Amino acid sequence: MDKLIMYLQYPFVRNALIVGVLIALCSSLFGSTLVLKRFSFIGDGLSHVAFGALAIASILKLTNNMILILPVTVLAAVLLLKTGQNTRIKGDAAIAMVSVGALAFGYLLMNLFSKSANISGDVCTTLFGSTSILTLSDADVWISIILSVVVIALFVYFYNRIFAVTFDEDFSVSAGINAERYNLMIAVVIAVIIVLAMNLVGSLLISALVIFPALSAMRIYRSFLKVTVCSAILSVVSTLAGMIASILYSTPVGSTVVAADVIVFGVCWLIGILKGRKNA
Amino acid sequence: MALLKVSNLCLGYENRKVVENLNFEVLPGDYLCIVGENGSGKTTLIKTLLGIKKPISGEIVRGDGLKANEIGYLPQQTSIQKDFPASVHEVVLSGCQGHLGKRAFYGKEEIELVKKNLQRMGIENLENRCYAELSGGQQQRVLLARALCAAEKMLLLDEPVAGLDPKATAEMYSQIRDLNKSGTTIMMVSHDLEAALMYATHILHIGKHLFFGTREEYLEHLAKDAKEGGAKI
Repeated sequence: MDKLIMYLQYPFVRNALIVGVLIALCSSLFGSTLVLKRFSFIGDGLSHVAFGALAIASILKLTNNMILILPVTVLAAVLLLKTGQNTRIKGDAAIAMVSVGALAFGYLLMNLFSKSANISGDVCTTLFGSTSILTLSDADVWISIILSVVVIALFVYFYNRIFAVTFDEDFSVSAGINAERYNLMIAVVIAVIIVLAMNLVGSLLISALVIFPALSAMRIYRSFLKVTVCSAILSVVSTLAGMIASILYSTPVGSTVVAADVIVFGVCWLIGILKGRKNA
Repeated sequence: MALLKVSNLCLGYENRKVVENLNFEVLPGDYLCIVGENGSGKTTLIKTLLGIKKPISGEIVRGDGLKANEIGYLPQQTSIQKDFPASVHEVVLSGCQGHLGKRAFYGKEEIELVKKNLQRMGIENLENRCYAELSGGQQQRVLLARALCAAEKMLLLDEPVAGLDPKATAEMYSQIRDLNKSGTTIMMVSHDLEAALMYATHILHIGKHLFFGTREEYLEHLAKDAKEGGAKI
């Protein structure tokens, strides 16, 4: 406990916790929609695109990586959504292509152009996010806070429509809702969340942050509102627990947070089974 | 004045016409049954009537103050819905999404509408249950209540009894008939010709041979066809 209080005196630890909690909240809100719409893989694909963009950004020595990564990932999200609807290349195949391609190019570029002595260490950091959450600049912190607030506000304002479009797109269109616009919004927001979450868990582990809390909440609750609230709480709690554990035991942040998510899923799964038995 | 008047409608995909020269009209209080073989374009017709898809040519004129989003739709169930965590209340409330306008949340009016339509379908006791855990017949009633929240004047039902057992099927049909008697115009797509002939006032047959007319005219048409030994439609 003393150790924790000591660490909390450092501003970078406080920044990390604030940004971590915000990222956890944002990623869990859109998680249930992603899982239910069978879009989980889009999240995975986008995270690899973000890795590729990061490689380019670090070669170009941009002062702020986000300037490049954010637009590239958003663009990829829009393109993936569009190809999912046209059937020339099936949606899942397109995602696999883009995701593996971006990963390969990212690593290739990093190897060819990096002046750093420790390339595999750099790659490992971007893939698993070991320290970037602790080395955020003030600008990074503010960008994260502003984007998170926008994401949360969008979700709350469009909550009812997001539910409707997720549950039954055709019905929404028949009621005069422009479902395509909401699908686009969901894809763009997911791209933003992924870029944000890269700092916390690295690009390979982001999907976990998006889908685990939603899946855990779905084991226990059977209404959309309850699932949404529960997954937000689970996500924040497991991220905080993971971050604190990683500080106390000096484990890598990203994988500790995801490990906490997995443990929470296991617990929820058990609760779900016990609950099911009681009802039966 | 017809609620819906369809003239010279041609439906299909980019380079393949599925239905041509479709003409029919729906008057207030009608019970129109749309029948036809698989692949004859029933689903395409529904999507066009609802504005989800654009026709290749021809026109659909709405009359009697019917707005584009005032047709309550009962779609076929999707695979997504089989494990979707949503309460009956949430599903029926989503029928009001067209009334939201710029608002973020539903108001008292919409909650009242949900209560009313749940009662009308006799499922107010299911309000807090999970939609995915209900029986097929109960799920269809929930979707019917949702359609009623969207529009009371006119309902468009896509295979409303698909996958239901005989008892639930009979209940569903009688519920639809009651709605029609209380003034709701019904358009129903169905495989079930027998039921169509039992309940409908008008029949639209699409496919190779087009037919539109009242139930009696359709029966005569069938009888004549049988006598001539021609291709049965």
